[in-house]
Amino acid sequence: MTSTLTPVRKRSALTKGQLPKAAPYIVLAVALVLGAAILALIGFNAFGWGLVSAILFAAGLVGWSLAVEGARKAKDKLATCLVVGAFLIALLPLFSVIWTVLVNGLPGLLDPGFLNTSMNGVTGAFDNKTVEEGAPLLGGIYHALMGTLLITVLATLISVPVGLLTAIYLVEYGEDRALARAITFFVDVMTGIPSIVAGLFAAAAFFAVVGPGTKTGAVAAVALSVLMIPVVVRSSEEMLKIVPNELREAAYALGVRKWRTILKVVLPTAISGIASGITLAIARVIGETAPILVTAGFATAINTNVFSGWMASLPTFIYTQILNPTSPSNPDPSSQRAWGAALVLIILVMLLNLGARLIARMFAPKTGR
Amino acid sequence: MSKRIDVKDLNVYYSKFLAVEGVNINIDAKSVTAFIGPSGCGKSTFLRTLNRMHEVIPGARVEGEVLLDGDNLYGPGVDPVTVRAQIGMVFQRPNPFPTMSIRDNVLAGVKLNNTKISKGEADVLVERSLQGANLWNEVKDRLGKPGSGLSGGQQQRLCIARAIAVEPQVILMDEPCSALDPISTLAIEDLINDLKDQYTVVIVTHNMQQAARVSDKTAFFNIAGTGKPGKLIEFGDTPTIFSNPTEKATEDYVSGRFG
Repeated sequence: MTSTLTPVRKRSALTKGQLPKAAPYIVLAVALVLGAAILALIGFNAFGWGLVSAILFAAGLVGWSLAVEGARKAKDKLATCLVVGAFLIALLPLFSVIWTVLVNGLPGLLDPGFLNTSMNGVTGAFDNKTVEEGAPLLGGIYHALMGTLLITVLATLISVPVGLLTAIYLVEYGEDRALARAITFFVDVMTGIPSIVAGLFAAAAFFAVVGPGTKTGAVAAVALSVLMIPVVVRSSEEMLKIVPNELREAAYALGVRKWRTILKVVLPTAISGIASGITLAIARVIGETAPILVTAGFATAINTNVFSGWMASLPTFIYTQILNPTSPSNPDPSSQRAWGAALVLIILVMLLNLGARLIARMFAPKTGR
Repeated sequence: MSKRIDVKDLNVYYSKFLAVEGVNINIDAKSVTAFIGPSGCGKSTFLRTLNRMHEVIPGARVEGEVLLDGDNLYGPGVDPVTVRAQIGMVFQRPNPFPTMSIRDNVLAGVKLNNTKISKGEADVLVERSLQGANLWNEVKDRLGKPGSGLSGGQQQRLCIARAIAVEPQVILMDEPCSALDPISTLAIEDLINDLKDQYTVVIVTHNMQQAARVSDKTAFFNIAGTGKPGKLIEFGDTPTIFSNPTEKATEDYVSGRFG
């Protein structure tokens, strides 16, 4: 029996010349302390502290790495610092927005009756009483919430069939014909239409067809579908394009007709991507303000009929509450309602995004053995 | 339940480009015919004209006749869908439908066409087709699992089961083993041997040993040069083609001197 002696060493020869694992944390701590000290000299503020510490951290880590590990690793650390820095800068506004809306909106949202009463009959006198005598805050967003949901659902009902069928034509039947190329071009143009133009278009169309001054939820839904259709077409088109041709051929080879192949093989394979694309398109239009303002007007009472009468929606509710507070002398209750409505809107969009992920997972081709 | 194919003076075009020129071939019912030849010589293109699958590619067209037991596939008023229901196809890469279970994959030809079928009949059809593709014992306990979870060789046999479930007259196979390991290849080759009792089988292969092992007759295709059309050089009994071919090009190819 033989045995080989392994030299016993504290550190492997293969890991020589490396920074210790804790190096970034040490540098970070030093950078934070140094940053605080520098800022203390010129007047402390949190933003400056973060910025100076970040620069010190990057410089310190890269410098140390250059001294110990050499140029290649130092460059790697520099790139890592830049990438992480860019990521943090991108996230900052997002977190700031969510935080601001959460802080300002929660009191409004937690107000009893906020979600299930409308602004019908709520006048400036009530708001004055709330501020001056501490009476309970009256009024809520029920009418606006219903308006947003109804208008968005109707817009989706219009956009999805039109958009999806257009995408199917482009991918399955277009074959680069002149018509297909023209559709692609105009869909691209439509993607860039400013939302107010879509609103004006819908309003003008209904003025011309139904009668001047027609402002209903349906007009707003048409305006929103003008914005939504190109998004649905684009995302569905991409999803249909990535369905492998082999699957189509497999179905054809079984003697299946083209329309059945599309309906039962191509669409089910792409459905998860299409569904999440549609949900994202909904999230995109649910917060539109301008087109709704010119097409549905705004209302303080509950209106659940999209085909008659003005209709409130969350974005226009926020807009009017901020711009024309219910009580001009005491705008705080109105601003609280506006923030509450903004929070509800963000929660709606978040739920839609979560829904998109859920749908994508639910419909995704099954794996497993 | 199998028919013969006779091809008369067939030219295949992609738009203006002549891809395959002047093919005459007679494929017997209940036999295995192998197409061999160098890459790009048009054997796959020609195979796809036998069930009008080449028409999927825009601009593809043919001149000449392909007779399935005397009926011209390209006659006026012939629906390519009817043709494909009678002449099934297995592709180079296994392509089970990812959204369907193993059972649904086998039933795809029936279900996608909305043909009514009772559960009992469906069970019988699934078992018979999977038995026919030598896959039943491996998957009978997990018919509800997705077809994409099978190994490559099993997936390819699933595709064969799917093709024979619609009870075609002829089965075309376009390099069915080129993505498979030797053991799966052996399983497919055994299967081809069994299939010829019931079906007419036409197989394209790059593997000459495979052609020699499985086929009754072999057709050698060749191409004179890039941009020239592919042609059928020689067609005959497999032993003759491999041991005593008439054409010099065939002999060079099967003995490995080129290609």
